[in-house]
Amino acid sequence: MKKRFLGIVAVIAAFTMIIAGCGNSSTSSDKANGNAGSKEVSGSITAVGSTALQPLVEAASKQYTAENPKAQINVQGGGSGTGLTQVQQGAVDIGNSDVFAEEKDGVDASKLVDHRVAVVGMAPVVNKDVGVKNISKQQLIDIFTGKITNWKDVGGKDEKITIINRAEGSGTRATFEKWGLDGATPIKAQEQDSSGTVRKIVSETPGAISYLAFSYIDDSIQGLSLDNVEPKEENVATNDWKIWAYEHMYTNGEAKGLTKTFLSYITSKDVQNDLVPQLGYQSIHSMKVERDSKGNVTEVK
Amino acid sequence: MEAREKALTQTSKKARLEKRGKIITFICISIMVIAAASILFFVISKGLATFFVNNVSFVDFITGTDWNPSKTDAAGNPLVGALPMILGSFGVTLLAACIAAPLAIGAAIFMVEISPKFGKKILQPVMELLVGIPSVVYGFIGLSVVVPFIREHISGSGFGIAAATAVLTVMILPTVTSLTVDAIQSVPRHYREASLALGATRWQTIWKVILRSARPGILTAVVFGMARAFGEALAVQMVIGNSVVIPTSLFEPASTLTSILTMGMGNTVMGTLDNNVLWSLAMVLLAMSLFFIIMIRFIGRRRKVK
Repeated sequence: MKKRFLGIVAVIAAFTMIIAGCGNSSTSSDKANGNAGSKEVSGSITAVGSTALQPLVEAASKQYTAENPKAQINVQGGGSGTGLTQVQQGAVDIGNSDVFAEEKDGVDASKLVDHRVAVVGMAPVVNKDVGVKNISKQQLIDIFTGKITNWKDVGGKDEKITIINRAEGSGTRATFEKWGLDGATPIKAQEQDSSGTVRKIVSETPGAISYLAFSYIDDSIQGLSLDNVEPKEENVATNDWKIWAYEHMYTNGEAKGLTKTFLSYITSKDVQNDLVPQLGYQSIHSMKVERDSKGNVTEVK
Repeated sequence: MEAREKALTQTSKKARLEKRGKIITFICISIMVIAAASILFFVISKGLATFFVNNVSFVDFITGTDWNPSKTDAAGNPLVGALPMILGSFGVTLLAACIAAPLAIGAAIFMVEISPKFGKKILQPVMELLVGIPSVVYGFIGLSVVVPFIREHISGSGFGIAAATAVLTVMILPTVTSLTVDAIQSVPRHYREASLALGATRWQTIWKVILRSARPGILTAVVFGMARAFGEALAVQMVIGNSVVIPTSLFEPASTLTSILTMGMGNTVMGTLDNNVLWSLAMVLLAMSLFFIIMIRFIGRRRKVK
C-alpha cells in the first residue's frame, strides 16, 4: 500500500516539475526581452491564427530553431479571427491574419503593429470541362451574384454553373469579394472551408467555380484570367492582377526580444527568396506596389 | 492496558486507507462536476450574449431563415436566422436513424439469435473496428465515393442531405448495433425457453418475445446513435455542401448546426455579434444533447419499473 502511495506522490512530483519547467521557459523569454541585442537567442513565443499562413510560419520557425536551439516557437492555427483576438488580449505574442486588422470588426487595430511577411494571389478557378479560360470582371460578378447561371453565356459549354464559396468570414473570401467582386455579395451557395477540399470539389464537379490561392492551382483545375490578365505573380507584383492579399503577423505593441528577431528573420532575404516561394507564397520583396488597409495603392520606391 | 486502549481508539490503517480512497474519488468526481458545470455556464453565458448584449430576438434567431451575421437587414437587425441549420441537423439525424435502426436491429438479431458463434468471432470485432475509424475518414470517403455517385446516378451536385445521411448512417450503425446486441443479449434465457416450449417458432420468439422485451434497450441504442449523428461535425461538413438555405430536395446543398459552427469559429473575433451568434448555435446543440440524454434516462427508467 505504501508503495502505491509513494507512486502517486512521484507522479504528482513529476507533474509539478513539468509545470515548473514551463514556468522557467517563460521567465527566460523575459530575459530575452531584456538583452535583445545579444547574439544568443532564447525563450519561447507563440504564434496563433490564419491557417493560410500557418505552413510558412511553421517552416520558418523550424529553420530558425534549428539555428537557435534555445529558442522555442509554438505555431498554431485557429483562423485569422482567433489570431487577432488572442494577440489583442495579449494571450499570444504573434497573431497571424489574412486580412488587415482594420477590416475585422471588433478588433482595435490602433494597438496592433502590422508585420507583412508574404503576399498571396488568388484567382477564380473552374472545372476543366466548362471550356472557359478568360472572362471579364463583370461576368465574374454576374456569375457570383446569380445573374449568369450557365457557362454558355460566357462562351463555354452548355453547363449549369455550380458556385462553391468559402466560409463566411474567411480571409480568402473577404479578399475575393473585395477585389474580385468589387464588394458585391455572392448568392447563397455551397460553402467549404479548406482549400484542399475546394480544389477536390471543383476538379470533380462539372460546371463548378470557386476561388483559390495561386499555390493551390494545379493541373486538375483551370485558373481563370480576368479581362485578359493572367493570374500570375508578375501581375500581382504590379497590381495588374488585383485579387491578392498580404499575410500579416500582428504584435501587440512594438515587437520585442525573440518576437522581434523572429519577425526580422522571416522577412529577411534568405527566407523570402527561398522558403516563401517554395511554399507557394509570394515574396514581400517582389512587390512593386504597396496597398494599405483602405485599398490605396502606392508604388514602392 | 494502555496499548490496548490506544489500538482501540486510534483509527486503524484500514480505516485511514478507506478515508484516503474516499478523498481521492471525491476529488475526481468534483473535477468532473466542475468541468461539466463550467462548460454549461460558459456556453450558455456566451450563447445568451447574442440576445442580451446584441439584442437579437430569440424568436428571430430560431425561426429566421436568413443567415449572414456580418450584414443587417433593412431595419438594422442582424441576419442571424438559424432555422435552416436546425432543420438540416434534424433532417440528417432523423433520416440516418430511420435507415440505421432497422439495419442495426437486423444485424443484432443475426449476431445474437441466428449465428452467435460467427457473430462473436467475426462481426463483433468488425463493429468495434468501425467505431474506431476517425470521422474525417468517413467524410473523405463520402466526398470521394458517395457524392460523385449521387451526382452521376441521381441528381444535383451530389452534395446535400442525402449524402450526409448516407455517411452518418454508416457512422452510427456500429454504435447502434453493438448497443442493440447488448440489449438483446440481456433478455433472460428462460423467456426464450418458455416461448419455444409453448410451441412458438424461432421467428415468433424473436418478433414477439425477444424484440418486445428488449425494446427499451433498443430505443436507447437508437437515441444514442441519434445523439452521435446530431453532434457529428467534420464528416457532415465535407459532404453536405454547407449552404445556409432550406433545401427543397434531399439532393440540394444544406447545412447543419455543427458544420456552420466549425467553419465560422476561427474566422470571427471574440465578443462580436458574429462570434456570439455561433455560441448561440452551440447552445442549441447543447440543449439538444441534453434532451437526448434525458430521453435515454427516461427510457432506461421505464425499463427498471417493468
